[in-house]
Amino acid sequence: MPTNYYLVLSFILFLIGTGGVLLRRNTLIVLMGIELQLNGGNLAMLAFARALGDEKGHVFAFLIIALAAAEAAVGLAILVGLFRGRQTVNLDEATLMKR
Amino acid sequence: MTDVETTTFALRLIPLMPFLGAAVLMLFGRKMSRDWVNIVAAGAIGAAAIAAFDAYFHALPQDGALADNVWTWMQTGDFKVDVAFRLDALSGLLCLIITFIGFLIHVYAQGYMEHEPDYARFFAYLNLFCGAMLVLVLGDSLPVMFVGWEGVGLCSYLLIGFWYKETPNADAGKKAFITNRIGDFGFLIGMFLVYQYSGTLRFTEIDAATKGAAFLHASWLGAPVAFWACLFLFIGATGKSAQIPLYVWLPDAMAGPTPVSALIHAATMVTAGVYMVARMHLLYLLSPGAMAIVALVGAATALFAAIIGFAQNDFKKVLAYSTVSQLGFMFAGVGTGNFDGGVFHLYTHAFFKAGLFLCAGSIMHAMSGSGDITIMGGLRKKTPWTFAVFTVCWLAICGVPGLSGFFSKDSIVAGAFGTPIFKEAGIAWVGPLVGTILLIAAAGTAFYMSRLFFLVFTGETRANDEIKHHIHESPAVMVGPLVVLAIGAALGGLVILPGALFGHEEWNLLAHRLDPVLGHELEVPHSIEEIFMVISSLIAVGGIAAAAAFYFGGFREPAKKFAAAVPGFVQLVRDKFRIDELYAKLFIRPVKLIGDGIFYVVDRILIDKILVGGPAALTGFLARIPRWFQNGDGQGYMGWFAIGAAALLFFATRPALSGEPRINVSGLDVDVDARHGGKASQQPLEYEFDFDDDGKPEVTGTVSTAHHTYARPGSYKLRITVRNPAWGTSQSETHRVEVQ
Repeated sequence: MPTNYYLVLSFILFLIGTGGVLLRRNTLIVLMGIELQLNGGNLAMLAFARALGDEKGHVFAFLIIALAAAEAAVGLAILVGLFRGRQTVNLDEATLMKR
Repeated sequence: MTDVETTTFALRLIPLMPFLGAAVLMLFGRKMSRDWVNIVAAGAIGAAAIAAFDAYFHALPQDGALADNVWTWMQTGDFKVDVAFRLDALSGLLCLIITFIGFLIHVYAQGYMEHEPDYARFFAYLNLFCGAMLVLVLGDSLPVMFVGWEGVGLCSYLLIGFWYKETPNADAGKKAFITNRIGDFGFLIGMFLVYQYSGTLRFTEIDAATKGAAFLHASWLGAPVAFWACLFLFIGATGKSAQIPLYVWLPDAMAGPTPVSALIHAATMVTAGVYMVARMHLLYLLSPGAMAIVALVGAATALFAAIIGFAQNDFKKVLAYSTVSQLGFMFAGVGTGNFDGGVFHLYTHAFFKAGLFLCAGSIMHAMSGSGDITIMGGLRKKTPWTFAVFTVCWLAICGVPGLSGFFSKDSIVAGAFGTPIFKEAGIAWVGPLVGTILLIAAAGTAFYMSRLFFLVFTGETRANDEIKHHIHESPAVMVGPLVVLAIGAALGGLVILPGALFGHEEWNLLAHRLDPVLGHELEVPHSIEEIFMVISSLIAVGGIAAAAAFYFGGFREPAKKFAAAVPGFVQLVRDKFRIDELYAKLFIRPVKLIGDGIFYVVDRILIDKILVGGPAALTGFLARIPRWFQNGDGQGYMGWFAIGAAALLFFATRPALSGEPRINVSGLDVDVDARHGGKASQQPLEYEFDFDDDGKPEVTGTVSTAHHTYARPGSYKLRITVRNPAWGTSQSETHRVEVQ
């Protein structure tokens, strides 16, 4: 299959993720959006790696998976803290800096 | 003039010990028990007293001085000031008074301040004061004296406002300090003048310089320099020693604890001005005009304050005006060239006035803290010791023959009539005028002091039963110092007696000691002296008798009748001639108005609004734009981030058209190089050259160069487009080509 198909799919994944991050107010969904963005990136890495015959892309993909795991752990911990502090997980209600 | 000067290391110990005591009490006083505070405070001043007595009676050579050069304070070029101390007969006498009476008052205060929670702070200030006062009198140059001068001013401020939680007390402290600052301004100018014309600030060298031409012949603003220097130094003295016009702070200073009033505002600090004039007497003798001003101001103050004293109903206020009045006597003494007499009165006054103040403290202690003499009376039986001491001191200040005040006051009055120093200047009338005013003031002194005495001790107690019930004699720790002071007040004048009685001036112990420093005692014919002894005695007895007619046993008929006859006048005197109100109108209000004006214009408008508010408003205005972005909404940030990333991606992936392409025109032929020799791209690019910008490229291909021949000359638009087929991005630009 042409590399372009993979790239288009990866781009669509990334766009969906970005949309989730930017538009949803629920932090949980935002975190899920970030996962989608990372996976879109991963798919592009692998597509290029196969197309160019370069293993660096695979290495990067693994690195990103590890990073995504760490990010999810930290992000969820913050989320729990946020909920404890103000009984909400909505981002638009956590805008202390505004005032 | 002193001839022998002995250098001794021990002299610095005299001021050092009270300073050490103050340091210990300030650092550790809170943690120390009262007994330890007592030991440190009284021990420090007691040790200083022992050192001072040893220095004066044992180490001090006749006709000589002790000197101690501690370190060089400052030196620039020829100007050099040493922290140096010098003890001669004059400063030594002052040291004795300060340390001895200071010690007595330290002991007395242990009883008086018994119920005070801030015990150690009080004694720390008291010790600090004694140290500063000793620096003042022992300093051997004007700057060192000025350090002490300011130091005692600071301690006075701290102690007047000792009970600072009550606003009037704190205000009284501020008033004392600010009034003194006005005087200090004069002191500084006087010091500058002295330095300019004598080139030195050390007393011994100034004394030597007064014989030089610079002082004798120089004039400034139409008067001799000596006159101005003396006048400005005297302004300093009017502040510190509460003379007209700067006396207003002293009565208010009674807000402080009574031992403070006795030590600082009666016996020692307020006499600093008299000491200063005596110290600089050779300079003052150069200017009879300045001497006349000193004498007249002193005499006027003596009379004025005595009159105010007639109508005061607060025990300590009467004594305060009495102090102002007695200081006027001292200035009249030194102002008429009778330096011996002025210092002698300083010395006797220290005893009887400290005694009177401590009696006031003892009485107020007995009267549950009230100092209102209209509710006192009949205290003779209830406080016998205080009564006895007060009687002695009262007779002494009235000038009853045999007691100390009689001798010193008489010496001043006789000196004023007999002084020769104004004759040469053609103002011989000054002496008799001053003397006459002083005689009236002396009568006034006898009257108001007797009024105080009769109202407090005779008749029936006019207080309510609760206060009456509490009246008691003070403890021994307070009565002891009182008795010592009474002995001093009674016998202190006898030091001059041998000379006066037997006509042998050299048997006059005080003058004998002071003569080497102050020059020979004023020569007053014995006939004059004897006449005034009689007149003074009669005046004292007359004043007492008049007061007895008015006030013996309470407010008697004549007193009531007099008050009813001229109520306006009595009220005016009771209001202290409304001088405070006058000053408030004349000086304080205008200064406040100017201050308020400057505050509003400079502070509020210029600084707050323009200099501070301007940049702040500008920053605030500019900050509106970033604030729109930086709104605390994380998703908003990410949105901007995404837009930025997309824009970067768009521009970063465009094929490069690096700068101006090279266009060569020769005739109708044009050669173009779109890359003009730059680096080739890694990716294959397509170039389109539209030589006449009509939308149909004449040359296309993967080569960056192109050749075209125009059909005819003219001005053409050349459009170059670069395309990256892999990304589908492109960039184009147009250039003008002139073909001839």
